[in-house]
Amino acid sequence: MLEITGQELRRCDLVKVRGRVDSDTAPELGRALHDIIKAGRFKIVLNVSGVSFMSSAGLRQLIDILKTCKRWNRGNLLLAEASPKLYEVLELAGLLSIFSVYKTEAEAVGSF
Amino acid sequence: MTADASLKIAGLYQNLVKITDFVTKWARTARLNDRAMYAVQMSVDEACSNIIEHAYGGEGKGDIHLRCELLDAGLRVTIVDFGRPFNPQLVEAPNLRAPLEEWGAGGLGLFLMRQLMDEVSFSFKPGRNELVMLKKRTPPA
Repeated sequence: MLEITGQELRRCDLVKVRGRVDSDTAPELGRALHDIIKAGRFKIVLNVSGVSFMSSAGLRQLIDILKTCKRWNRGNLLLAEASPKLYEVLELAGLLSIFSVYKTEAEAVGSF
Repeated sequence: MTADASLKIAGLYQNLVKITDFVTKWARTARLNDRAMYAVQMSVDEACSNIIEHAYGGEGKGDIHLRCELLDAGLRVTIVDFGRPFNPQLVEAPNLRAPLEEWGAGGLGLFLMRQLMDEVSFSFKPGRNELVMLKKRTPPA
């Protein structure tokens, strides 16, 4: 099961996800992030420190959201506090070239 | 302790957790380190997700058979399905230098499996598709 919590900050939206993001749960994460976009907000920080596992289904959702956020330079999807295992997967998948990954949530929020 | 174990399970996304638990137990028994264990978990998840989505064309259309074997070198995982075969050579690896707009197409799961595991081989017989993956045990650093 996924636990997703969101908070609308002054500069951006902060979303925390906890649990396992696989083919079963990735759509749930996608929906939560799309809801923010549908509300017209495109600057999102995703704190992934509680993610125990993320499959390519989860990565594809993140890529999709990133593309939507970055369109017309209106925003970005920043990742924060990735575990070493998740960071390694992002690196292997070549995603560090398209995602900004911050060590702390505060740094990510502050970058907007 | 037996040297190998099997799991037969319905092809449902909600079963990915049970599948991961099964391979994790055997990865641990095979004394794989955390990194290698994560590689096995991720690769098996990718393989089973692909079977449900592509070989069976959806959930609840067929079973997945898994077998874990302890080898001197590490852990061998065999995954069998009875759905549509595919040609892994026709699945293009993602272009890691592509601009953002071109990202997001398929092929990422298979690419990751090949990156994460030491050996990945597919074989297709009429009505039966088999994937064999090996993760070697690395000595502690």
